[in-house]
Amino acid sequence: MEHRIIVAGFGGQGVLLIGNLICHAGMEEGNNVAWLPSYGPEMRGGTASCSVTVSDDEIGSPIVTQPDICIVMNQPSLDKYLDAVQPGGKLFINSSLIKPTRYRDDIETYLVPTSEVAQEVGNLRTANMVMLGAVAAITGVVKTESAVAALREAFGERRAHLIPVNEKAMALGAERTEKV
Amino acid sequence: MAKVLMKGNEAIAEAAITAGCRHYFGYPITPQNEIPEYMARRMPQVNGTFVQAESEIAAINMVYGAAGAGARVMTSSSSPGISLKQEGLSYIAGAEIPCVVVNMVRGGPGLGSIQPAQSDYYQATRGGGHGDYRMIVLTPASVQEAVEMTVQAFDLADKYRMTVMLLGDGMIGQIMEPVDLDAVKTLMAPAVEKPWATTGMKNHPGRNVVNSLYIQPDVLEKVNERLEAKYREVEREVAAHEEMMMEDAQIVLAAFGTTARICKSAVRMARAKGIKAGLIRPKTVWPFPYAAFEKAAEQAQSILCVEMNMGQMIDDVRIAAAGRCPVSFYGRSGGMVPTPEEIVAAIEKAVK
Repeated sequence: MEHRIIVAGFGGQGVLLIGNLICHAGMEEGNNVAWLPSYGPEMRGGTASCSVTVSDDEIGSPIVTQPDICIVMNQPSLDKYLDAVQPGGKLFINSSLIKPTRYRDDIETYLVPTSEVAQEVGNLRTANMVMLGAVAAITGVVKTESAVAALREAFGERRAHLIPVNEKAMALGAERTEKV
Repeated sequence: MAKVLMKGNEAIAEAAITAGCRHYFGYPITPQNEIPEYMARRMPQVNGTFVQAESEIAAINMVYGAAGAGARVMTSSSSPGISLKQEGLSYIAGAEIPCVVVNMVRGGPGLGSIQPAQSDYYQATRGGGHGDYRMIVLTPASVQEAVEMTVQAFDLADKYRMTVMLLGDGMIGQIMEPVDLDAVKTLMAPAVEKPWATTGMKNHPGRNVVNSLYIQPDVLEKVNERLEAKYREVEREVAAHEEMMMEDAQIVLAAFGTTARICKSAVRMARAKGIKAGLIRPKTVWPFPYAAFEKAAEQAQSILCVEMNMGQMIDDVRIAAAGRCPVSFYGRSGGMVPTPEEIVAAIEKAVK
């Protein structure tokens, strides 16, 4: 088993955190993991992305160029990565911000209304967790409870009170996601 | 302690503290900024010293001073900053002072780019500073190996009274992987006595002097001969490498650091295509593991050297092969990173 993942979007959308939590959860489940951010001369509002590899074998190249799971949070990321997804791979689109004009029929495409769900659970900042909930439930790359445990550790005691709303966002994200 | 996720840069900084490093002097430069950032936070917690120097040149000379007083000292930088440190590195070598220097290499020459590269191989292994001197150069390929080598670096530095360089690249600095920091504690060698250190007159019968000036040529020649004998000893004792699928390999890849792990993917892909590929990964590039490549040159049809530069380590591979088999090269530079697919294509070309 080896999943090669790209998470991409605007800086500030929490794309690095999505990757980080997948990585952390994957490690806790006993897999080898690697997380590599893009670290170009980026600026606020610019693009951010990371490569994540989750494998039960030794990880060779940590750079992902042809993901089997691809998560895009904004339009430029979809434009950049649509054709990079491996045939048979899964593409998760943040449908709150992106209106796709083209679909590939050799991959599975999922539309995740991140902002709408985040608004529904009452905290707009959970939009990235809505996405993570959908990805975990649909791909099984990590278990949802492992991702929640990773988030709990990342939040620490000071922000522990935010766990329930994030958990709700993840569950509802999985529920509201539509396969194209 | 269980494994934790850490960025390479942060893990190296923590491993240095584990190894007893209590003095860090540095100056910011991408892609190693997490090291000074981490040290700025951690050093006060362990009663250590963090100084952001006014320049790389000042930082390496602060290393010279603190290490001369017997402390475990580290500095870190990336390519252009390491160029600035060369004068200090030569003086430190001349004075036989132990210290650890991290170079998270970025694309060059000049200011170059901030993306990963391996184009400082010559500078690290041949000496960017003046004079007959060597540094031990360790080349980690994962975060776990980076922390192990950091601890090893301090021990080797003290043992041989030499500079040990950790030669990574932007990717080793930026990647986050699980790391077991407790495990590295078991690797630590017993502390080495430093009777040469300038620690004051209280404990010494006479004065200790830290200096690299030997104005009489015959005296300096003796120093050089002594250093050379030490370097030969290091060559015998420290050279290390890893082999992958070498038993029946006909095409042998040579790569270090990040490139070596990409080559591991390429070797598996080539094997799946029925090509008998293998890999030798130097874990030290000075001393270079010549013996492993001498053996490979006897056994294999050819060697393919893969680097993130225009071809530097290939010189050492050719020295080892000594014409016994063809040595070809595939590389990307400027901060571009080769993909496993590109390397497989280079393998197919080499075996044709």
